[in-house]
Amino acid sequence: MRLAGRIVRTLVAALALPTVLLALWWVLTADSESYYLPPLSEILADVDDVWLRSDRLSVDVAPSLLRLTGGFLLAVLLGVALGVAIGSSRRLRAFCEPVLEFLRAIPPPVLVPVLMLFAGIGDAMKVLVIVSGCLWPILLNTVEGVRAVDEVLVETSRCYGVRGPARLWHLVVRSASPQIVTGMRQGLSIGIILMVISEMFAASNGLGFSIIQFQRTFAVTEMWTGILLLGLLGFLLATLMRLFERHVLNWYFGLRQAQRGGSR
Amino acid sequence: MTTPSTLAAPARQSRAGRRAGGNLLLGGLGFATFLLLMEAVPRAGIVSQEYLPPLSRITGALAELATEAAFWTALGDTVRGWFLGLAIAVTLGVAVGFVVGTVPVLREFTASTIEFLRPIPSVALIPLAVLVFGTDLRSVLLLVGYAAFWQVLVQVLYGVQDVDPVAAETARTFGLGRWARIRYVTWPTALPYVLTGVRLAAAVALILAITAELVIGAPGLGNEIGVAQSGGAVARMYALVVVTGLLGVAVNALARRLERWLLSWHPSLRREAAA
Repeated sequence: MRLAGRIVRTLVAALALPTVLLALWWVLTADSESYYLPPLSEILADVDDVWLRSDRLSVDVAPSLLRLTGGFLLAVLLGVALGVAIGSSRRLRAFCEPVLEFLRAIPPPVLVPVLMLFAGIGDAMKVLVIVSGCLWPILLNTVEGVRAVDEVLVETSRCYGVRGPARLWHLVVRSASPQIVTGMRQGLSIGIILMVISEMFAASNGLGFSIIQFQRTFAVTEMWTGILLLGLLGFLLATLMRLFERHVLNWYFGLRQAQRGGSR
Repeated sequence: MTTPSTLAAPARQSRAGRRAGGNLLLGGLGFATFLLLMEAVPRAGIVSQEYLPPLSRITGALAELATEAAFWTALGDTVRGWFLGLAIAVTLGVAVGFVVGTVPVLREFTASTIEFLRPIPSVALIPLAVLVFGTDLRSVLLLVGYAAFWQVLVQVLYGVQDVDPVAAETARTFGLGRWARIRYVTWPTALPYVLTGVRLAAAVALILAITAELVIGAPGLGNEIGVAQSGGAVARMYALVVVTGLLGVAVNALARRLERWLLSWHPSLRREAAA
């Protein structure tokens, strides 16, 4: 009984505010004459036509997602590898720091026109833009994480003769993993931004391309469905990221909870 | 790193001093290598000079920019959009974060909404901003503010939640009231998170300000880059990219300085100073 009560309470807490907000949106725009704010009912009715019954899912959404996935994974690989190397060596860190500091400070969107010169407006350009944007948060968080490895653990593993790949994997990467995952989370949200604007700036397909196309042709309801879809996509990706985080950092949350005296 | 902590203080100090000097030297060397590569790679023809002009030509374009009034106006526009958007986002983020974070019921009932709204990429709002505000400053503020707000809010919520239970219970035992607990326990705990949020938000705000200019065409550096690129003025485009990079460095340095100044008491910084 008490368990059921708790589930009901959680559900109510999770759904109450969104329901109220959606209801407000629905009611307030119900007989909206405003050009920019069509009634929510019309927008939702259009979703079906615009996205589901056409081939936009395979022509626009799928390529966008593939480019994002490719760019993001590449950035994770590069970021963690470089981050561990730079974070482990004081000299290397000192050598690279000023350059990294400058490179990561360049707002990634300006690389869209730059990389267009090299790679045209094809998939390669977009993947490169995504990599160059996602890389820095992952890299710098990894460096910070590697630097902050618990000294007692470092010395313990030295005493036990843990070295080489085992030390790297079980001590360094493991200790840095909360920061690495934080970097990945930040990187992912920048990646989505870059995915969209690289398509808005120059593309012939993709989610960002079709949304900007709707806006340019003043197809306002269609544009709203695109905004909603993009929002939903952002939410879904963040949820996936959170599931991943929970899976990978289970030990960390457990540790934190133990430090809090095991209280729930 | 291997220095035992029992070393005499003066010895440690001189060693730290020497190391800091060495780091500076290494850093300078690293940067010089980078600059040299930027000059040598296009000159050697590894990359076409049409795509990546040698550094000397970029600096030439940079010097030219510095004499143009239009460039300084564009820089001013970008900085203004960044700063106003960030200020709005930080104020709202800290206020909302503290209210929501310290009241469990609010936290419980807003969690799902925040989790849903936060990851919505603010670039999704670009078409809407264009339709409603055009290339106005308000378009920039909408994008910058939306993106930066969540960065701050989420960090504040984390920070408020991270209060050491022992400290919280100690404060309660000593009879501190709600406000005193917020001031002396929650605020110092959350401050590093708040500043992290501000630092992240400052960077994101710059990204979005430039994005708005580049994609929407609001006046500013991003717009200038787009114009230079479509006009084939490659060296000028690189010079502008360098300027945005320098702006980014300035933003980060400012945020770091703020952090160092407000958190000089924090163990993570104290250890840094001693190492």
